[in-house]
Amino acid sequence: MNTKTMMMGAALGALMTAGAAVAPAQAQDSIYFANNAYRTGPFSGSGIPIGDGMRDYIAMINARDGGVNGVKIIYEECETGYDTKKSIECYEQAKSKNTVLYSPWSTGATLAAIPRAHIDKIPILSMAYGLSASADGTNFPWVFIPPLTYWDGASGMVRHMANELGGMDKLKGKKLGLIHLDAPFGKEPIPVLENLAKKYGFEVKLYPVAAADMQNQGSLWLSIRRDRPDFLYNQGWGAMNPTAVKEAIKNNFPISKLVGVWWAGGDDDARAGGPEAKGYKSLNFNAAGTNFPVIQDIIKHVVDKGNSLSPKDKVGENLYNRGVYNSMLVVEAIRTAQKLTGKKVITGEDMRRGLESLNVDEARLKEIGMEGFATPTKISCTDHSGHSKMYVAEWDGTKWTKKSDWIEPLKDEVRPLIEAAAKDYAEKNTGWPKRSEACEKSS
Amino acid sequence: MFYREAGQYKSTYSADMAVFPLKQDRIGIAVILLLAFVGVPLIGNDFFTTTVMIPFLVFSLAAIGLNILTGYTGLISLGTAAFMGVGAYACYKMTTLFPGVNIIVLILLSGLFSAAIGVLFGLPSLRIKGFYLAVATLAAQFFLQWAFVRVPWLFNYNASGAIEVPLRTVFGVPVTGATATPETRYFVCLCLVVVLTWFASNIVHGRLGRSWMAVRDMDIAAELMGIKLLNAKLTAFAVSSFFCGVAGAMMIFLWYGGGEAADVFNIRLSFNILFMVIIGGLGSLIGSFFGAAFIASLPTILKFGLPAIGIPLAGATAEHVTFMLVGALIIVFLIVEPHGLARLWQIGKQKLRTWPFPY
Repeated sequence: MNTKTMMMGAALGALMTAGAAVAPAQAQDSIYFANNAYRTGPFSGSGIPIGDGMRDYIAMINARDGGVNGVKIIYEECETGYDTKKSIECYEQAKSKNTVLYSPWSTGATLAAIPRAHIDKIPILSMAYGLSASADGTNFPWVFIPPLTYWDGASGMVRHMANELGGMDKLKGKKLGLIHLDAPFGKEPIPVLENLAKKYGFEVKLYPVAAADMQNQGSLWLSIRRDRPDFLYNQGWGAMNPTAVKEAIKNNFPISKLVGVWWAGGDDDARAGGPEAKGYKSLNFNAAGTNFPVIQDIIKHVVDKGNSLSPKDKVGENLYNRGVYNSMLVVEAIRTAQKLTGKKVITGEDMRRGLESLNVDEARLKEIGMEGFATPTKISCTDHSGHSKMYVAEWDGTKWTKKSDWIEPLKDEVRPLIEAAAKDYAEKNTGWPKRSEACEKSS
Repeated sequence: MFYREAGQYKSTYSADMAVFPLKQDRIGIAVILLLAFVGVPLIGNDFFTTTVMIPFLVFSLAAIGLNILTGYTGLISLGTAAFMGVGAYACYKMTTLFPGVNIIVLILLSGLFSAAIGVLFGLPSLRIKGFYLAVATLAAQFFLQWAFVRVPWLFNYNASGAIEVPLRTVFGVPVTGATATPETRYFVCLCLVVVLTWFASNIVHGRLGRSWMAVRDMDIAAELMGIKLLNAKLTAFAVSSFFCGVAGAMMIFLWYGGGEAADVFNIRLSFNILFMVIIGGLGSLIGSFFGAAFIASLPTILKFGLPAIGIPLAGATAEHVTFMLVGALIIVFLIVEPHGLARLWQIGKQKLRTWPFPY
């Protein structure tokens, strides 16, 4: 061992000590918000546009309005690579920097963080992903899952099938295939689909895709060819989605019968199929395109000034806009929390109250330049999702278009399941606390 | 000058056979233990404890487990993560069935399940060696990970297939579950790792360890000397898997605190632990700790430490830089010393002995 290696060892030692002292860097007149992102790894294809959208909306609010009611938002990304281990590190870092909100961006990370949220007093916003049962505010006061849960999505898929076939009674005897990632995220819709299948007399076939085989679905599509399902629902993410689209085309499965969950609705997912992907569908709750004042403002204040990480032609893509929508919820919740507490700089506990009273109605959507971009969402003390509406988007070969009207989820079917699952979760996790947080008067 | 054995006479056989024959080494170990038990909880904050220290301890134990198999017995395994998974799921099932039993006891017991499975998948090692055995253990990795996803009984029929770690207390202090403080979890990890390392040290220095090393160095010679290959190889698999199983249970119960477990125990984790063993030093317990620190903790420290000392890195850039730095360091260390960090440590000690008058 020579001197050089000794020096290197000393340098590493110094780093070790530095690592111990990740100091909270929060200024007094700003709000710190940590967001998990994955710009690396097999899910980066989906993660990059989402991260860009989230980042740019916050940057636009800071640049155009000088923050929320004059308080700047310090937005920081923590790279997870969609890896649960790294997500836990990111959670710990966000906690040490006093984030007002944890934005896990993967179902695995959400599941790992849920038990800690109420102890660390950090609300979790898992926008249309995560644990469906957490829509029950009575058992999960710190977790929010607007505007929809995966269970709502699955019921929306069933309604879409019925619409195509011409009525709920026509579902009898039909076959619905579910291609899903073999992980908590992919398995989420199964209980609801099985429940609805029993009720309406259709059959559910499961086609699990292991995370290691996302780009290798050949054998799975052989089974699909054998079973000939009438519809396919794709609960996929990352590299799995473009592969599914390509395989559907290769195997002559009618592409218009393949419907993705909202996370399978990336522009690049559909583009991978080439011109034949025309007609591929996905559930959606935000509009694609740049024809909205909010996107124009982002282009004017952020993209044109060179402050965006996104190439200009990707601004307004479906997943980009979804990121914008997520940041909009965050900003609106901060605003609500400021109004409720009368404070300018809010804490995680205030943020929880803000999220619980979040009410983005039609008028508010118009004010923030999002008319027609999404439907109103209202969260209440007991309902942490809002179970808002979704629509079916169709790929026209170059962009996503709105194919159907707004579809309401089968809330009467889903809600009892959610409450039962939430109760079950609280019982299995011995020591799960009873809700002690008071409800707001307004909600 | 300070590190010299002159004047330290060994007058008994037991003193001669001691693991730490030098007084300075014994003082060193005492200082390290003192630092670990008192220093870290006093100085480190929650972030450091949960993201650096606990993972370091868990991976150290897993690396010791694999080192027993690969480093001491010469059998390559790519199923480490799967054996860790067996421990985690066994612990989960046991604590569901016997909620009253002390969770630390259950974490240790879950190693036994892992050992049993390890022996089962170790059977081919009697016929095949080297790369062929690596492929056979790969089967364990794939089969067991498949079972973790496909056998719903293992995760109590949870809708999302996740393990939910319940609250368990020891003497009234929460050890697992959300209310367990990072310090408590760290202490439990540390105690388990210290005790099990002491165990491992005694095993590898004893008759069993010597028979493993004989098999590693030349199995035919070992057989001719009267060592039963069947026993030696299968005990190596059993002990190795025991350590891995305990590490896996610790990983889910004391570090992750629940979540999607099946995907955690993937082939990448197996490879990572193999790298820890290779870079740390084959056939060395202290090497296992070095390897774990290098492969598991260094990326985290770089990722969060560099921005903390004023180098502005964030998000994906930090990830890429960490990736490149760690990759470069691996190459540097392997060029400087192909036998791993443990050998570097030994050379360093040897130089200290003769310093300042090297001959």
